[in-house]
Amino acid sequence: MLEVEGITTYYGPVLVLEDVSLRVPEGSITAVIGANGAGKSTLLRTISGIVRPRGGLVRFAGRDITRAPAEDIVRLGLAHAPEGGGVIPELTVHENLRLGSLFRRDRADHARALGEVFELFPRLAERSAMTADTLSGGERQMLSIARALMGRPKMLLLDEPSLGLAPIVTAQIVRVIGELRERTGLTVLLVEQNARSALSVADRGVVLGTGRVVASEDAAELADDVRLRRAYLGL
Amino acid sequence: MSRFVDLTLSGVSNGMIYAAVALSLVLIWRATRIVNFAQGGMLMITTFVASSVIASSGSYWLGFAVALASGLVLGAVVERVLVRRVESGPPLNAVILTLGLLILLQAVAGMIWGGTPRSFPPAFSIRGYFVGGRHVLFAPFDTFTVLSVLGVALLLWLLFRGTGVGLQMRAAAFAPMVARLQGVRVGRMLTLGWALAALSGSLAGLLVAPAVFVGPNNFDPILVFGFTAAVLGGPDSPVGAVVGGLVLGLSLSYVSGYAGSALVTLAALAILILVLMARPGGLFTATRARRI
Repeated sequence: MLEVEGITTYYGPVLVLEDVSLRVPEGSITAVIGANGAGKSTLLRTISGIVRPRGGLVRFAGRDITRAPAEDIVRLGLAHAPEGGGVIPELTVHENLRLGSLFRRDRADHARALGEVFELFPRLAERSAMTADTLSGGERQMLSIARALMGRPKMLLLDEPSLGLAPIVTAQIVRVIGELRERTGLTVLLVEQNARSALSVADRGVVLGTGRVVASEDAAELADDVRLRRAYLGL
Repeated sequence: MSRFVDLTLSGVSNGMIYAAVALSLVLIWRATRIVNFAQGGMLMITTFVASSVIASSGSYWLGFAVALASGLVLGAVVERVLVRRVESGPPLNAVILTLGLLILLQAVAGMIWGGTPRSFPPAFSIRGYFVGGRHVLFAPFDTFTVLSVLGVALLLWLLFRGTGVGLQMRAAAFAPMVARLQGVRVGRMLTLGWALAALSGSLAGLLVAPAVFVGPNNFDPILVFGFTAAVLGGPDSPVGAVVGGLVLGLSLSYVSGYAGSALVTLAALAILILVLMARPGGLFTATRARRI
């Protein structure tokens, strides 16, 4: 579904990603794990078109999207839920959600999508009319994911869904991600510092160490790999 | 008492014109964090266009419509061709650009239409209504002024609150990066925002022109008062722009009537300072205190 080949990305003069390659098969959940500053968020930003890579190739559903602008990439069905800060605090919960579906022509389906995400995250339904700046960290994270789902994506990029959340909330979000894959065949690439929760839901794991891929294997094997756990995952 | 009524009425009418200018500044500030000093020049150009169309066609309403339409186009072109290049640079670039554009527009207007101010017809009679045995300081044209500015403000409010495009425009203004991830074409939203702002500005030009005449520099004061009204209301709030315009219009009308018209400009500054001391974000500030 998604192929990243030899991506190299700079922020100004700073090399953040060097020759990063990975594949995400359709219907799978792949977790990219690594320490703070390893370049995980930059990887997602490069894929979703916010940051332009200096070299390499990104292919989604067979199309080269390396230099496509972000607003076109989301139209192809590749949604990016940025970290919890990605909700727009000045807008209400409902407006944030509506924003996620506005680019779709299928107007009749917007209300149906809203009903579905409210079912998935009942907390958001309760807070629908409140501005997003009143939400807790966990609720913001839910809103960010829910908004991405409003566009009925084929694939979802999730940035640190457990960042700053209580373990119970993290568990809830991880459960929803698993459910979504079961029910709709959604492909997921999630980026996490919290290796334990990420590998519990993922099929495959990719370890990123300061800008390079250091391991890429089955999630269960990765979780058992003592050497990697010590070096990169802090388990 | 009748004097107080008169001053109040004329204050409301002037205030609505300040509100239209303030709206045009607020819409742009909110979307691009740029203070559009060229707004006075842009509404001057569209009013000159209206003046020429009215002179050659004899129809006020044709000139009125052409002025609003040319406002939309001028706003869009200015954003697309000039402002787009400085949007990502340091804020000073945009300041220089809009100031330079103001001077350019005034020079071009002088070359085309000459420096001698010309009169401009009002849409309706400017003879005050006859109430209680006298003419009050509020004419049919003032009614038109109040209603048309309120109409534009209401339409903008409906656009922002009630439509998908309005929601996308707000998202593009608050968080352009996040908006792009939701498929919002941010560049188009900015162009549309400038066009709508210039429309509001050109309406103000048409409404104030019968009082100040049309000349390259005749609209400078209205820009200053519009700017004051925008800051009064809070530069992020369209509702604040309208309220700020009204507050300023009424205050200046009372100052002019009871203390002398020479004090009007000074009073505008004094009001600005007082309000900013009491509420630094303006009367209707959108930014809230952050929880830590």
